[in-house]
Amino acid sequence: MIEMQVRRRLQGADGELNLNVNATIQTGDLVALYGPTGSGKSSILRMVAGLMRPDQGTIRVGDELWFDHEKNVNVPPQDREIGMVFQEYSLFPNMTVRGNLEFALGKNGDSDMVEELLDVVELRGLQDRRPALLSGGQKQRVALARALVRRPRLLLLDEPLSALDFEMRTRLQEYIITCHRRMNLTTILVTHDYPEVLKLSKRILVLTNGSLAYDGPPEAFLDRMASKE
Amino acid sequence: MLDFGPFILSLKLSLITTVLLFIIGVPVAYWLAYSRSRAKVLIEALVALPIVLPPSVLGFYLLLAFSPQNAFGSWLDKYMDIRLVFTFPGLVVASLLYSLPFMVQPIQSGFQQLPRSLMEAAYTLGKGKMTTLLRVLLPNVRMAVITGCILSFAHTIGEFGVVLMVGGNIPGETRVVSIAIYDEVEAMNYGTAGVYSAILLAFSFLVLATVYLINFNQRSKTEAR
Repeated sequence: MIEMQVRRRLQGADGELNLNVNATIQTGDLVALYGPTGSGKSSILRMVAGLMRPDQGTIRVGDELWFDHEKNVNVPPQDREIGMVFQEYSLFPNMTVRGNLEFALGKNGDSDMVEELLDVVELRGLQDRRPALLSGGQKQRVALARALVRRPRLLLLDEPLSALDFEMRTRLQEYIITCHRRMNLTTILVTHDYPEVLKLSKRILVLTNGSLAYDGPPEAFLDRMASKE
Repeated sequence: MLDFGPFILSLKLSLITTVLLFIIGVPVAYWLAYSRSRAKVLIEALVALPIVLPPSVLGFYLLLAFSPQNAFGSWLDKYMDIRLVFTFPGLVVASLLYSLPFMVQPIQSGFQQLPRSLMEAAYTLGKGKMTTLLRVLLPNVRMAVITGCILSFAHTIGEFGVVLMVGGNIPGETRVVSIAIYDEVEAMNYGTAGVYSAILLAFSFLVLATVYLINFNQRSKTEAR
């Protein structure tokens, strides 16, 4: 279970934003974090990952304290056992597809995992290619596989599919569902694509202007929006 | 017979300087590229100083600092048994300072042009700062590292004012090629000075052409993607 109460003042394109979010996510759930651009979604994800420090609050995962402002606890991203897929893929250009996975795995990792993931995301045929020679969808699959290779406790997806066309998006959504079920991974998906939310998750957190405007099943949120209009 | 001693000395000085500068320059460039500290501005200005300062000014201060009559110089002399005035090690120290920006600036801008998420991705995969630097950051700024090394090497070959101030003109010890040219002209040996100069000119042109060729190839490779 992830419990977080975080606050942070952010400087955005539209001026200052006060991020203030309290949320609890159950182990094994796939939760969508939804909201318009600039609402602070990615910042929440970065705080969970340890890449951004909240001004105030706590982040607790299971019985571990990852962040506590008062106690001055801030576990570095290296020790958080997370897998993160970045919006811009962020594959290491100097390594092949296999190289990216093996580097992520490290020396003492389970090398069967690399083989398994190459098959799951159907990249065995491209394993010796460098990222520069891959299409967007292929890069995204590598990024997903790389995030999973260390068997993280928590998978963080930052708009992983936003740069892809419809067909590729649909296929990758299948991959995400497969991986999520297979590893029973707690997953947070940041997105601004509503159909994606409906397809992938049973719970949606809607973020507007830095705070949570809705928390519940995605279908009900749609009804609520419809009744407002 | 032409004396190649000054060339060998210049090459030796440049090679040692470049290797040491690489070791010093990478951490400095890394810190300048990623630090959010305000002090960074001062260090940045300090590193860039040799670009704008007349070499004689840098040489003058180094001469003062190295001189056994002064605190630092006498400490080196007394306790470390190192003499830096008019010696080859003194030239190395002076060259390190003189060519520092030529190593640091290309590598720093290389780091700054890399997407920050590459580093963050490595961190989320459990990699420490050192592993990230050696396996992810440096290999991806390879071209900047090569440029920095070539420029530092060439700049050290070409230095004159600093050497004259700190090293003087001792054959086999501090008489590098630029000093030798000056010396030959002073002695009216225009023939020898001319040959030395022509070699240095050709060398410098080749070095710069190589740097631009590397950059050109790299750019056309990226555009082809």
